[in-house]
Amino acid sequence: MDNNDRRIDRVEGTAIPLRGNNIDTDRIIPARFLKAITFDGLGEHAFEDDRRSMPDHPFANPAYAGASILIVNENFGSGSSREHAPQALKRRGIGACVGQSFSEIFLGNSTTIGLACATASAADIELLMAAAERDPEAVMTLSVEARSIQAAGRTLPLNIPGAVRESLLTGQWDATGLLLDDFDTVRRLGASLPYVGGF
Amino acid sequence: MGRTLFQKVWDLHAVRRLPSGQTQLFIGLHLIHEVTSPQAFDMLRQRGARVAFPERTYATVDHIVPTLDQRRPFADELAEQMLAALERNCREFGVTLSDLSTDRQGIVHVIGPELGLTQPGMTIACGDSHTSTHGAFGAVAFGIGTSQVRDVLASQCLAIDPLKVRRIAVSGALGPGVYAKDVILEIIARLGVRGGVGYAYEYAGPAVERMSVDERMTMCNMSIEGGARIGYVNPDETCFEYLAGRPFAPAGAAFERAKTWWRSMASDPDAAYDDEVEIDGNAIEPRVTWGINPGQSVGVSERIPAPGAAGGDADAVGEALEFMGLTAGAPIQGTKVDVAFVGSCTNSRLSDLREAARVASGRKVSPHVKALVVPGSKDVSRAAEAEGLHEVFRAAGFEWRGAGCSMCLAMNPDRLQGREVCASSSNRNFKGRQGSPTGRTLLMSPAMVAAAAVAGEVTDVRGMLG
Repeated sequence: MDNNDRRIDRVEGTAIPLRGNNIDTDRIIPARFLKAITFDGLGEHAFEDDRRSMPDHPFANPAYAGASILIVNENFGSGSSREHAPQALKRRGIGACVGQSFSEIFLGNSTTIGLACATASAADIELLMAAAERDPEAVMTLSVEARSIQAAGRTLPLNIPGAVRESLLTGQWDATGLLLDDFDTVRRLGASLPYVGGF
Repeated sequence: MGRTLFQKVWDLHAVRRLPSGQTQLFIGLHLIHEVTSPQAFDMLRQRGARVAFPERTYATVDHIVPTLDQRRPFADELAEQMLAALERNCREFGVTLSDLSTDRQGIVHVIGPELGLTQPGMTIACGDSHTSTHGAFGAVAFGIGTSQVRDVLASQCLAIDPLKVRRIAVSGALGPGVYAKDVILEIIARLGVRGGVGYAYEYAGPAVERMSVDERMTMCNMSIEGGARIGYVNPDETCFEYLAGRPFAPAGAAFERAKTWWRSMASDPDAAYDDEVEIDGNAIEPRVTWGINPGQSVGVSERIPAPGAAGGDADAVGEALEFMGLTAGAPIQGTKVDVAFVGSCTNSRLSDLREAARVASGRKVSPHVKALVVPGSKDVSRAAEAEGLHEVFRAAGFEWRGAGCSMCLAMNPDRLQGREVCASSSNRNFKGRQGSPTGRTLLMSPAMVAAAAVAGEVTDVRGMLG
C-alpha cells in the first residue's frame, strides 16, 4: 500500500456517543486481551467489561453496531500506552474519534494507525452526542481537510493538530518510511552523542 | 535565557523537522518487552526491515511472567507463546534479552536503571506508559505504542511533537512515614489526571533534591497518571552515586567525563518554564485513593469526598463511590482490605521493600488478608534476601514472590477475585485494572500497604513506625 492509498480526507458514517471523562485504555480493552502476539480479533473485545457491567453501554447497543464515528468527552484514552486500544476501536469499525480532549499517547497511537482524532467544544460535543442518541441512523461527515463535521443539518468546526491533519491527508501516518528517508543523518547524529561514543 | 533539561535533550536529539511540523527525534535507548513488541517485529518482517541500532535496544520480560512458578513452559499457553515470540524476535534481530534464564530479568523500568542503561541526557522510549520512570535520572523518557515501537526498531527515531515544561517545586521536608508516592498522589490530586496533558513535568525543590533515586523514580513513574507523558528530575550527585559501578554505566575516567556532561544537561538556573507550581512538602500526609482514577485520593486523616464537594466533578465522584462501594463523608481510615500488594514499576525497589519490611517486622498480617510482596527484579530480590527481608515478610505472613509486574495489571496469574479490595503500591486504580472487572484498588505507599495488611484495613502507618 503506498501513501496515496492511505490518504484519509474524510470519515462518513453513523456515530456512537460515549459519555464520561477520563475513559482509560484499560476500559477500552482490558489487559487480558493483550495476551496475544497479533492485534487480530481485538474489535470484538472493545469495552468488554463495561458492556457486561452496564447493559445500556452504547457499545452493547445493536443500534450502534455499524457506527464509524465515536463521540467522547474529556481525556479519552488516558492510562496505558497500549496501541491495542485504538486497534480495538478501528477493528470494531471506528474510523474517527471526536472528543473534548484526548490523552497524548492515545492520540499519537491513533494517528499512527490512521484513526482520525479531532477535538470540539463541550457544547458541540453535547450537540453531536444528542444527535446520535436521538437518531442512531443519522449520518455524520467528518472532513479532515476542512476541519469540520456535518451533523444534524449543521457544520461544526473541529480542531485537528496540524501534524495529525498533515499525516492523514498525505497518507504518511505510517511514519517508518519518512523516518528512514535520511538515514545517514540519523547515523551521524547517533554517533555524535556523548553516551553513544562511551564518553 | 537559559534552557530546561527537556529543551537541551530535545535539541540534541532532533534529527530534522518533518514536513508535518513534527520533530524526527533520535532515541538513545529503546527498551522492549513481550506485550507491545511482537506485532512491531512482524511489521518489520513484512517490510524486510532490520533493527537499525540493535546495540541501543534492550529487552526483558515482565508483564505476563508468573511470579509463583516461573518454570518453562508456563502453564498459560498464551503467555508461553508471547515469551517464545520475544525470544525468537530478539535472536533473529540481534537484540539482547534478559529473560528468566538470566540473572538480570525484571520489570523493564526497574532493570533499565539498575543495569545503568538509563542515563542522564538520553532520550528513552518503550512501549509502556510508565517509561516516564527513567526521567528520575534526567532523561527524556516516554511511553509509545506498538507502531511507534516499529518506527524506533526500524529507524531509532520517532515523529513527535515537543512538550511544554511545568516545574513542580516541592518545598520543605517530608515527615516520617511520608514518601515520594504520597507526594505524587498529592500532585495528581492537585493538578488533576489531565492537568499534565501537553507538558513534561520537572520535579524540583528541596524535598525532591533530598530524595533517593528510587523515590524520584516513583514520582516520575506516575507523571503519566497526571496526564504528563514525561516527568524528570535534574541529574545531581545523588544520581551519579547511583550510577557509579553499574554494568552499563561508564567507568573510570569516562565516568568523570560523563559527570561533567550530565551536569551540563541540567536545567539552567535562568531557564524559562511554561508553568510553575509550588507544593508544600511539610503539609503532605500519607495518601490513599478512594476512587477509580489516581487523582481521586485523600490524606489518610481525611474523609471520602461527597459528589457535590467543591471542585469535584460530581458525576465522576458519584460513579467512583458507587463502583468502590464507599460512603461519602466517611473516613478513609478503617476501609477494610482483602488483599495487600507490594510491587509494580512504581514501588518494587529495594528501598520500597525495606520500608514495607520495617512495618511488617514483628507483626502479623491480618487473618482475612492475602498479602504478597513482589520484587521488581531478580537483582532487587537477591539484595532483599541478602538483608533477610524475605524472612521478615514470610514471618509476618506475606508471600515472597519472583520478579514481575504481578498484580498491577492482571496479565499473569496474580489478580483480584470478585469485589475484593486491594491495598496496592501500584499506579492505577482503574476499574478492572487488577484483573477482576469488579475488583477495587486503593493506591498507597508500600509502607501504607504493609500497615493495611497488618491492620486488615486502611490505617495511618505513622502510628506503626517506631
